[in-house]
Amino acid sequence: MAKLTAKERMQISRHPMVEQDPVERSHNFKEVNLGYTAEMAIEEAQRCIQCPKPTCTMGCPVSINIKGFINLVAEGDFSGAVKIIKIDNALPAICGRVCPQEEQCEQSCVLTTKYKPVAIGYLERFVADYERENGQVAIPETKASTGKRIAIVGSGPAGLSCANDLIQWGHQVTVFEALHELGGVLVYGIPEFRLPKEIVRQEINNLKTMGVEFQTDIVIGRTITIDELLEEEGYDAVFVGVGAGLPWFMGIPGENLVGVYTANEFLTRVNLMKAYQFPDYDSPILDCRDKNVAVFGGGNTAMDAVRTSLRLGAKNAYIVYRRSEKEMPARVEEVKHAKEEGVQFKILTNPVEFIGDEDQWLKAMKCIKMELGEPDDSGRRRPVPIAGSEYITEIDIAIIAIGNGSNPLIKQTTPEIEIGKRGTIIVDPETMETSKKGVFAGGDIVTGGATVILAMGAGRTAAKAIHEYVMTKPS
Amino acid sequence: MHKILEARFLAENIKLFRIEAPRIARKRKAGQFVIVRLDEHGERIPLTIADSDTGAGTITIIVQGVGKTTKALNMKERGDSIMDVVGPLGMPSHIDKFGNVVCIGGGVGTAIALPTATALKKAENYVITINGARSKNLVILENEMKAVSDESYVTTDDGSYGFHGFVTQKLQQLIDNGKKIDFVLAIGPIPMMKAVADVTRAYKIKTVVSLNPIMVDGTGMCGGCRVIVDGVSKFACVDGPEFDAHVVDFKNLADRNKMYTKNERVSLKHFEHNCRLDKKINEIKTMND
Ligand SMILES: Cc1cc2nc3c(=O)[nH]c(=O)nc-3n(C[C@H](O)[C@H](O)[C@H](O)COP(=O)(O)OP(=O)(O)OC[C@H]3O[C@@H](n4cnc5c(N)ncnc54)[C@H](O)[C@@H]3O)c2cc1C
Ligand code: SF4
Ligand code: FES
Repeated sequence: MAKLTAKERMQISRHPMVEQDPVERSHNFKEVNLGYTAEMAIEEAQRCIQCPKPTCTMGCPVSINIKGFINLVAEGDFSGAVKIIKIDNALPAICGRVCPQEEQCEQSCVLTTKYKPVAIGYLERFVADYERENGQVAIPETKASTGKRIAIVGSGPAGLSCANDLIQWGHQVTVFEALHELGGVLVYGIPEFRLPKEIVRQEINNLKTMGVEFQTDIVIGRTITIDELLEEEGYDAVFVGVGAGLPWFMGIPGENLVGVYTANEFLTRVNLMKAYQFPDYDSPILDCRDKNVAVFGGGNTAMDAVRTSLRLGAKNAYIVYRRSEKEMPARVEEVKHAKEEGVQFKILTNPVEFIGDEDQWLKAMKCIKMELGEPDDSGRRRPVPIAGSEYITEIDIAIIAIGNGSNPLIKQTTPEIEIGKRGTIIVDPETMETSKKGVFAGGDIVTGGATVILAMGAGRTAAKAIHEYVMTKPS
Repeated sequence: MHKILEARFLAENIKLFRIEAPRIARKRKAGQFVIVRLDEHGERIPLTIADSDTGAGTITIIVQGVGKTTKALNMKERGDSIMDVVGPLGMPSHIDKFGNVVCIGGGVGTAIALPTATALKKAENYVITINGARSKNLVILENEMKAVSDESYVTTDDGSYGFHGFVTQKLQQLIDNGKKIDFVLAIGPIPMMKAVADVTRAYKIKTVVSLNPIMVDGTGMCGGCRVIVDGVSKFACVDGPEFDAHVVDFKNLADRNKMYTKNERVSLKHFEHNCRLDKKINEIKTMND
């Protein structure tokens, strides 16, 4: 096929994602996005004008060679494309689904200003799925054993990516996970309809094949401490990727009424404990059928919770958010999907009280309308309440999704690890080393609630530093 | 998988299990608990560690069959296994030399009070135990409690054994008789713990209770276990499970613990139906053999 000119390329319009029908999908847990066909992927890749100085890569937190992989997609070499991505990103099938591309690579794509950006995320997803579905996933070779042992605490994206690099360099790697399932937020937080658990499971199986050892049901800080890992169990270094924890509350009356959940609990019950299959699975969840469910917050977690409640049968599912839609931190696609599925957005609205009956069951919420005032520290315009605008809405279930603090277990038992103001672990950003020798950290426990790709990037940065540390450390 | 090395009923519907869990046995302190999940479809439930044996690498749990999971657990026998056992979780009991202490256990709560009573005895306190049950056949761990006590009492609600009345009446009697009490630990059903708190509040006796809210992860991630203590939310799995009895909001705890009563009924029915089916299948199988 003749090469297209830049002009011809720019005339192709961006290929939309193929999706499940909104009405149908709002009643099932199957994945919403169905993915490109090979033809669509090739055509979409042809939109890329192969910039001499590609700005997209600058927008990528792990600097994937985007131009390079898209070039191979355009030529139909999908396995070659995924190999290029995997140089910088070990989990493309996951990132292609959950990264906020519109704020990263796609925002930085030169086409964004005049046309729509190249659908980098959809292409990343396509090639990763192609590789997996065609059984072409190559298990990377591992170097000869160094005899060094590394403990990784937490099996979220930070821990998994750290393990992925360290095992390839010939170290012996053990991942300790507190829960009974591996994957962190990828399995207990992000729902099946956005990220099929089978994909996460396969990635973990690949790590197992490479020789990573996983131990579930071990709470570091309680079952074993970090000191014991280093001193008694003979590990040469430890990576802490325990993620965020301790969900925040709004501090309004009625937050402990029956029927008020945190998003973490609601999503964990559904995703990890499979409460949507109750009573075949034992964990219960309050019946959402024909109920009014309100979710508080504007991030991905809020969107996941509200869309899950719809799938569990909610009659009315509300997002209550105190700023305007523009300020919502959720991925644009999630907001779009939520709306298509029938979620009702109450923006510039702040809850002031939950109202219950005499048995303390939630009955209603009292909200106040807000307007945008002067910009605050974050640069976003501060919402201010409009006096006298309170009103009451009947609700049966409330789900609070306003973010998390950090998990206290590590700091309770390893006081030498220096902790910042918000309970996050302080590290040297170059090496991710903590104030305790031989202990490194990365992901949400360092940044506070952030993104999958940042957690993965941190895991890799730490892996490099851990490798240098254990190879130069006198034994 | 955690193998059950010993399983025996202590009273009707209350069963003791000694299970393999060497790492937990080594770390566990009085007052801490584990979260167990029986099988792939199971829920995660917290159970206090009643005892541990570092040498044998085992922990002991004592379970009252109430809902589906505890009933299914109590059908397990020696040689069976439990899929997941995580711990030890929660803060250990605060052990100090208080002076005269009273440890009160109501029902299966006695099993939870015993390890802390033992630790208090070791810390050179004068230990009085009150072991309460509804009726004689439900009294558990009588000898074990006696062994760690300087004074021990059994109370039954129906008077079929020991002191006739509630644990609070026995406690009140001790106070009325002029016994100086420096510290009270009360573990049992919520109404009992609340009643004890009401008694000791008047005398400003430091009182600690161990709370049993619904939990999921047990690591401080979900917030489902939050309880109101002194007007603020605390996470029982990381801040507790023991709290100052005089400032716990017992009504909120009782109401929140009723959250899934409806679901529990469904689950139990489903389970009993399946049990009957299994029995039928076995009957048919034996008939055919
Ligand atoms: C509902 C939801 C939706 C999200 N959606 C997106 C999205 O679309 N895109 C995006 O980029 N980001 C999203 N995020 C954020 C993203 O998931 C996180 O930033 C990322 O998972 C952080 O990775 P991590 O490895 O640091 O921690 P986690 O994924 O939190 O993993 C930490 C692991 O450590 C374990 N652990 C904790 N304490 C201990 C201990 N003491 N001992 C042993 N193990 C322990 C935990 O059980 C957990 O498995 C979302 C988050 C949530 C909650
Ligand atoms: S910036 Fe856009 S057009 Fe340029 S190389 Fe990257 S993806 Fe292609
Ligand atoms: S059980 Fe989830 S935070 Fe305590």
